[in-house]
Amino acid sequence: MSNATGLARRQASAIALALAMVLSLAATPTPASAQTAMTPDMGKLMATAGVIQVEGAGGGGLVPWATITGYGSRDSYGANVHYTYVGTQDYKLASYGVAVGIADRVELSLAKQRFTGSLAPLNNLRIDQDIYGVKVKLAGDIVYDQDTWMPQLAAGVMVKRNNGIGGLGAVTNVKDLGAKSDSGIDYYLAATKLFLDQSLLVNATVRATKANQMGILGFGGDKGDRYQAMLESSVAYLLNRQWVVGAEYRMKPRNLAADNEKDYYDAFVAWFPSKNLSLTLAYVSLGDITIYNPKRQDGVYLSVQAGF
Amino acid sequence: MKTPTTTLAMILVLLATALPAHAQKADDSLYRDLGGLEVLTKVVDDTLALALADVRIKDTFKETDMKRLAKLITEQFCELSGGPCKYSGDPMKEVHQGLGLSNRQFNALVEDLQAAMDKSGIPSRTQNKLLALLAPMQRIVVTK
Repeated sequence: MSNATGLARRQASAIALALAMVLSLAATPTPASAQTAMTPDMGKLMATAGVIQVEGAGGGGLVPWATITGYGSRDSYGANVHYTYVGTQDYKLASYGVAVGIADRVELSLAKQRFTGSLAPLNNLRIDQDIYGVKVKLAGDIVYDQDTWMPQLAAGVMVKRNNGIGGLGAVTNVKDLGAKSDSGIDYYLAATKLFLDQSLLVNATVRATKANQMGILGFGGDKGDRYQAMLESSVAYLLNRQWVVGAEYRMKPRNLAADNEKDYYDAFVAWFPSKNLSLTLAYVSLGDITIYNPKRQDGVYLSVQAGF
Repeated sequence: MKTPTTTLAMILVLLATALPAHAQKADDSLYRDLGGLEVLTKVVDDTLALALADVRIKDTFKETDMKRLAKLITEQFCELSGGPCKYSGDPMKEVHQGLGLSNRQFNALVEDLQAAMDKSGIPSRTQNKLLALLAPMQRIVVTK
């Protein structure tokens, strides 16, 4: 068993345990007056926990942020489930997952992605990937540090396991497409600053990765198999407590000859009707995914999230 | 010829004269955007009415003279936003020491304030400017 797989399994167990705790506690109604450390306190302000990004971590749409997901304050915890759909002309990416935020300090996430094709000869294509995430807030506070330039800082890892390819005949593993590995770990450092007096949020994330198309096409390749630092950035404007609009950019490596990989972009609007529900709609530009279909893939991103 | 020392001295003199002048004609645009003393008084009254009905924090006001508290918070908001008031209460740290307020309770009052500002029709971007001035107080108000 490789280190990555071992780590992934241990994290999966930790996530399962945390979730079991969350579910058992959330199922026990407690009167507000009897607030204890064990009851979810929903103590963060609306929208300040962000949403869940496409790999399951707390953030924007494509980019992980330094925010810890969920509405639990530093004395409590939060959790949520999400479903995200990305549809371009010729491909679809559906993902779902769970995430837990503990004491506004640690975030654990699990996401399952399924990538499918709709254009022949890739109309039966199916690639699955699991992503286990851990994020730790290091310093700063997105809401309270309004009198300094200090952003909220967090470090995170995403352990990714590609589960293989279906519907492509003899090609059943991303390594058959030129990837060096079907599993990998991304490491990132995120800085998120809310300029409340401008109603403006700015995020910058640096990610060390070998992942091709986030790992959908494996890790490393014939053109390179080294960790590279990628810059990812988001800007968001708070129209009010319920509506946020913004744009993102995500730099990508180019490790595969068969995949002329391009940077990702999106422009989004997120709606927070309550602390229990959010909807994110975006226009995404993902570039061309393979040299066999050299057409820029643009489309829609829709994510729904429910939790506390 | 000016030496670096005289240049530095000139800069210091300039700063020393410029800073008080700047402080005197403080920017009162936020105070005006919020609607001045009349609106601030109503916002604070509404906030405290909401707070007294808020199960998360109503018990923290059990021994509080609410009329005096409203006057002091109004003064504070007025002064912070650049208005012609002077906060006459005790330092925030002293006032909140020993109350054992949690982060959730701090944010509960913020939410009540947001609702009160909504009620007075203050736009979100103006609300956020005031909240940006209040947010750093979390570090001294929240002691739990």
